[in-house]
Amino acid sequence: MSLFDHKIKDLHELLHKKEITVSDLVDESYKRIQEVESKVQAFLTLDEENARKTAKQMDEELAKGSGKGILFGMPIGIKDNIVTKGLRTTCASKILENFDPIYDATVMENLHNAGTITIGKLNMDEFAMGSSTENSYFQKTYNPWNLETVPGGSSGGSAAAVAAGEVPFSLGSDTGGSIRQPAAFCGVVGLKPTYGRVSRYGLVAFASSLDQIGPITRTVEDNAYLLQAISGLDPHDSTSANVPVPNYVESLTGDIKGLRIAVPKEYLGEGISEPVRQSVLNALKVLEGLGATWEEVSLPHSKYGVATYYLLASSEASSNLARFDGIRYGYRASGAENLIDLYKKTRSEGFGEEVKRRIMLGTFALSSGYYDAYYKKAQQTRTLIKNDFDKIFENYDVVIGPTTPARAFKIGELIDDPLTMYANDILTIPVNLAGLPGISIPCGFDEGLPLGLQIIGKHFDEATIYRVADAFEKATDYHKQKPQL
Amino acid sequence: MSRISKEQVKHVAHLARLEFSEESLEKFTSQLDAIISYAEQLNELDTTNVPPTSHVLDMKNVMREDIAEPGLPREEVLKNAPDHINGQVRVPSVLE
Repeated sequence: MSLFDHKIKDLHELLHKKEITVSDLVDESYKRIQEVESKVQAFLTLDEENARKTAKQMDEELAKGSGKGILFGMPIGIKDNIVTKGLRTTCASKILENFDPIYDATVMENLHNAGTITIGKLNMDEFAMGSSTENSYFQKTYNPWNLETVPGGSSGGSAAAVAAGEVPFSLGSDTGGSIRQPAAFCGVVGLKPTYGRVSRYGLVAFASSLDQIGPITRTVEDNAYLLQAISGLDPHDSTSANVPVPNYVESLTGDIKGLRIAVPKEYLGEGISEPVRQSVLNALKVLEGLGATWEEVSLPHSKYGVATYYLLASSEASSNLARFDGIRYGYRASGAENLIDLYKKTRSEGFGEEVKRRIMLGTFALSSGYYDAYYKKAQQTRTLIKNDFDKIFENYDVVIGPTTPARAFKIGELIDDPLTMYANDILTIPVNLAGLPGISIPCGFDEGLPLGLQIIGKHFDEATIYRVADAFEKATDYHKQKPQL
Repeated sequence: MSRISKEQVKHVAHLARLEFSEESLEKFTSQLDAIISYAEQLNELDTTNVPPTSHVLDMKNVMREDIAEPGLPREEVLKNAPDHINGQVRVPSVLE
């Protein structure tokens, strides 16, 4: 029995009944890391000394009767593309190997205000480009359910650390599925919020029109608490939305009577593995049993999502990553003869293969003579994909399907086959393109590996997603299964 | 028919301020060619008169009061610079 088998709310109560201390929680994290990290390898940097010091201070505050917030004293892991003041932030890239941020991301300020304790920074695909965490410059992360398989990506470290019980929850980021796909592969709960729900200030940009930070947790309730803490308007991010943040935990009523579910036929058709299909159909039965109804619908343009995404995300990335030039921060190559040479050597030595591939694709798609044929065409297709969802949401409350076409794949299986790797995100990408919120929750197993159910909601309607996910969780046991490490 | 030639890849690499060995140039050319061919499935779609979406939120220019705030201290800003001297970032020669 680990302390982290408790929900956040229960841990909070134990703290205030003085049955445990904040130091106990931090101890639990580092003890578990000591036990399993050599197998899982989720963390790139640990902040143990600081975390223990903070825990002591917090225990003193608690003794004085302060520290009432629900997240006060809770250990958390942070994906390594979210800047943390004074704590190395690498994006899992050689080019930022020694980068020491001089400010905190807005989500980090929010978390400090809420009283969480940062345990360390979590591994990812370099600059969040990938679906397996194999593209990290530093190390691979292993799926706690089967160490021969990938944890998914790009937030593979964030999902694996929660699944392995190293931290009770973590933050990831999702550009085309990078929270939901690893959450599915690792059997945890991962939410990509509506575009604009959470500030991106201090999230190292990959594709600015798609990126969102979101919570990865063991339960839906924990997820709602964490989203609550990081949501809202931020003057530092002009794309953060001025939309009121509801009380998410209050939406967890367990009541989904009369809920109208749309199930896109494209999400259960060709290319979807049979165990995945069955797990989703079973989940729909559970939801029906709780009083919801579902009907088959069509997202006719979803099949163009992957192509659209790779053109748009790579174009935005090629522009965003231009800042890594070896001048103001990061790695600088030696032996350059002039400035252009310095840029080229620095970037060629500093970036990994997949990052270069995407910068090249994006630069091509934006280059003179190709812009209309590729970039603009993809932006127009994005409109069609968004319209598909808008139409469905006129008549339904949520869209449900699988998170991924199949369970986690083997390490090394797809690394030399970019197109097949990209196809892994076929069910998550359309959600980013449309800017919608989506969650992945555990809904079954295939040969001992977890499967994820994806619930997609209307813009800024995370509350309904949580209500449905929570009702499903209360009616099932999948989230209670733990990997044996 | 290949959609992209090795010469084009070299040109794009220069635009992106990247350089490749001959060997990886071959690999990148064939991989980019495959990805671009795949992307051309979008040509099946008639997008005449479809407005492009660059951003999903219905927002225009976001304005704020023009209030000066303190900037970051110079030592802090230079902390991550690979080479600096007398409070300035040092770079190789720009002019030939």
